[in-house]
Amino acid sequence: MTGPREIEIVGDLSRLPTSASGARHLVWWGNIGFMLIEGTGFALAAAAYLYLMTQAPAWPPRGDALPGLLWSGLFTAGLLLSALPNLWVLRCARNKDVAGVRRGVLAMAVIGLILLVPRGFEFAHLGVPWHRDAYGSVIWLLLVLHTTHVITDWADTVVIGTWLFTHEVGDDQFADVEDNSNYWTFVVVCWLPVYVLIYWAPRAV
Amino acid sequence: MIADLERVPQLDATWRDAPGLWGFLTTVDHKRIAARYVVTALLLMFLAGMLALDMRWQLSTAENTRMGPQLYNESFSLHGSTMLFLVSVPLMEAMALWLVPLMLGTRNMAFPRLGAFSFWLYLGGVLTLWLAHAADVTPDLGWFEYPPLSGPAYSPGHRADIWAQMITFTEVAALAASVNVAATILKMRPPGMTLARMPVFLWAMLIASIMTILSMPAIMLVTSMLIADRLVSTHFFSPAGGGDALLFQHLFWFFGHPEVYIIFIPATGFVSAIVETFSRRPLFGHNAIVLSIMAIGALAFGLWVHHMFAVGLPRLGNDFYTAASMAIALPAGMQIFCWIATIWSGRPRLDTPMLWVVGFLATFVIGGLSGIMTASAALDLQLTDTYFVVAHFHYVLVGGAMFPLFGAFCYWYPKATGRLLSERLGRIAFWLIVGGFNLGFAPMHLLGLLGMPRRVYTYPAGLGWETLNQVATAGSAIAVAGGLVFVGNALWSYWRGRVSGPDPWGGSTLEWASASPTPAWNLPYTPRVDSLTPMWRDGPLRVMEGLALDRREVLVTSVADAAPLYRQKSAPPSIAPLLAALATTAMFIGSIFTPWAIVAGALPIGAALTAWFWPTRPRAGAAEAKA
Repeated sequence: MTGPREIEIVGDLSRLPTSASGARHLVWWGNIGFMLIEGTGFALAAAAYLYLMTQAPAWPPRGDALPGLLWSGLFTAGLLLSALPNLWVLRCARNKDVAGVRRGVLAMAVIGLILLVPRGFEFAHLGVPWHRDAYGSVIWLLLVLHTTHVITDWADTVVIGTWLFTHEVGDDQFADVEDNSNYWTFVVVCWLPVYVLIYWAPRAV
Repeated sequence: MIADLERVPQLDATWRDAPGLWGFLTTVDHKRIAARYVVTALLLMFLAGMLALDMRWQLSTAENTRMGPQLYNESFSLHGSTMLFLVSVPLMEAMALWLVPLMLGTRNMAFPRLGAFSFWLYLGGVLTLWLAHAADVTPDLGWFEYPPLSGPAYSPGHRADIWAQMITFTEVAALAASVNVAATILKMRPPGMTLARMPVFLWAMLIASIMTILSMPAIMLVTSMLIADRLVSTHFFSPAGGGDALLFQHLFWFFGHPEVYIIFIPATGFVSAIVETFSRRPLFGHNAIVLSIMAIGALAFGLWVHHMFAVGLPRLGNDFYTAASMAIALPAGMQIFCWIATIWSGRPRLDTPMLWVVGFLATFVIGGLSGIMTASAALDLQLTDTYFVVAHFHYVLVGGAMFPLFGAFCYWYPKATGRLLSERLGRIAFWLIVGGFNLGFAPMHLLGLLGMPRRVYTYPAGLGWETLNQVATAGSAIAVAGGLVFVGNALWSYWRGRVSGPDPWGGSTLEWASASPTPAWNLPYTPRVDSLTPMWRDGPLRVMEGLALDRREVLVTSVADAAPLYRQKSAPPSIAPLLAALATTAMFIGSIFTPWAIVAGALPIGAALTAWFWPTRPRAGAAEAKA
């Protein structure tokens, strides 16, 4: 058959809505895809850590100080607490509350910036430079990997916040806020195993 | 009824690209992007094939002086890296980018600009490797650059960095393409195309994409660690600093083995589509084939250590990976039986696409059997790093993936160009390539058993290797000649081939419903599907109307049942993906020389991404001002 195929119209899609939220939205799935990629990256970096740990006679190697608990503890507490306003923003986005998402995204941008302060001190208190030994290399790797995610999501929050305050907010922007909020939850969840590996695994061995 | 002719000019106006160079740089049309991928990858296949021929020339006689050891090392490193990272995987992605929306009857990919970004970044990887080669900074440690050889102590200069960073380019591109393909298949199927009614081709592309997402982070991580060892003196792989060189091999092969199946599984999608159409009956054992692909996808993650049998791992580990490697032959065999059953019980026609499937079946089975042999840790210890392994992986990769790809090229060429390839030239190319390939690579099994190691630039006379090497060289030359006929056919047919019409083969799936070549908007209406072979339904094609004609809009449906959910805006053309890729390229290249490039590069990349995603909506307060 080489001519144009005959057709029969059996339905009309024009009454469908032009947006959706949550897992019904297309971009939600793209977001999940990138979380899966980065989550795999975290898991493999953690596997590299455990591999090196099992090969080493001492962990940390003799002469290396243990990583400091103060700033990392502050960061961890702050990050966990940030989940609360983050969930509140998520709820505002789902309820299509313009004033709520504007305020909430601004708050999350400020919180992200504040969290970078204890994160900076964490690097200073890791107790070993990355170039001393493989132990130092791999804890720096984990911390850099996570910090990259904090900074990326913070920058995304700032851009979305700028947009929300200067433009009319539509359904697609609520979906953007929702995706950004889900991504922050991912950043929080990924930190917990990384925190245990960097700060508690050397103390437990 | 016939499609309403007034829709066409409206759709044309909405979906067309800007004319000229600006349109070329800004397009987000999945077909144009895929065509670029295909043309670039085929050009590289030619270049890497020439390298192979050059190496065969060198090996055709003992103590030949065409190449010295350094040039030989560079040649096989460039050949392998190009074929694996810049040809095989990108070609499979290109086929997905091109065919997935057509087979779904949708207007574009889920994330059109991400598709453009993937290509530009891939091109960055291509230029990184080949411009460096032009500047005589060619990687020379094979396609997997193991430390400590690739570490700072043994590889000064930037050859290893070029290799590692080329990988970063291509893997970011592949990961972006995979998310795009997976989201498109999961969320943009036409109404009625439930998961149970999804053609094998789409299953293959979905599973290959998920495998990419789960495996490629491993190589991104390991090459980043290698660059860190070289650039900022970390000790991941240096035993003196408590690191471990084997960690590199584990992470590399955690990616590397699934990679083989990321290349092979899309090929099973091509074979399934071709076998169905040319046997003129629905695929035998559809569910069995889909489950086999899933099983291969899962098992592929459990056998990476069979690339490392010779490094002295615990015996129990070797036993486990031997068993897992042999187990994967079961689902692979199941698929082959299903294809044979389809051909057997159908009314097969032997046009060139089907001819390639026959070539695939014969060649791939040989490669599969030598795979079962090398899966045995005990035997592999004897065979590893010999020409037996070279023969094996060329049989599975060329026979198992490239032959189906050539068949797919012949099958879908009329859809892309509106013209049929010449069958006569196609048959000549087929026999030259398949015959030449087998003549070239079958003797390598024997050479391997006779003890000829791989990656040697020459060998002394009197070992009994010369005749077999000469046969291998002759076979390679014949296959390359066949490749030239194949490309010549494609070029000649592009202008002179017979006009094909929309559906020259009587295909079973929705891509054959569109005009050939397909217009920018693909299908005039949204199809409604009620079987695995919608084009074989008696009577008219059932469609739905209601998607916007005056703006770019696509239909989003539910994951399992493909029930219509909402209408989604589809991104228009933009220069931002190219700018983002250029900024990323600058950062990747800079980071070969200084870690500060990552910091400095973050700002331009952030700016390009912001431009990319910046929505076009009125300013806050505009509505009030208007009122």
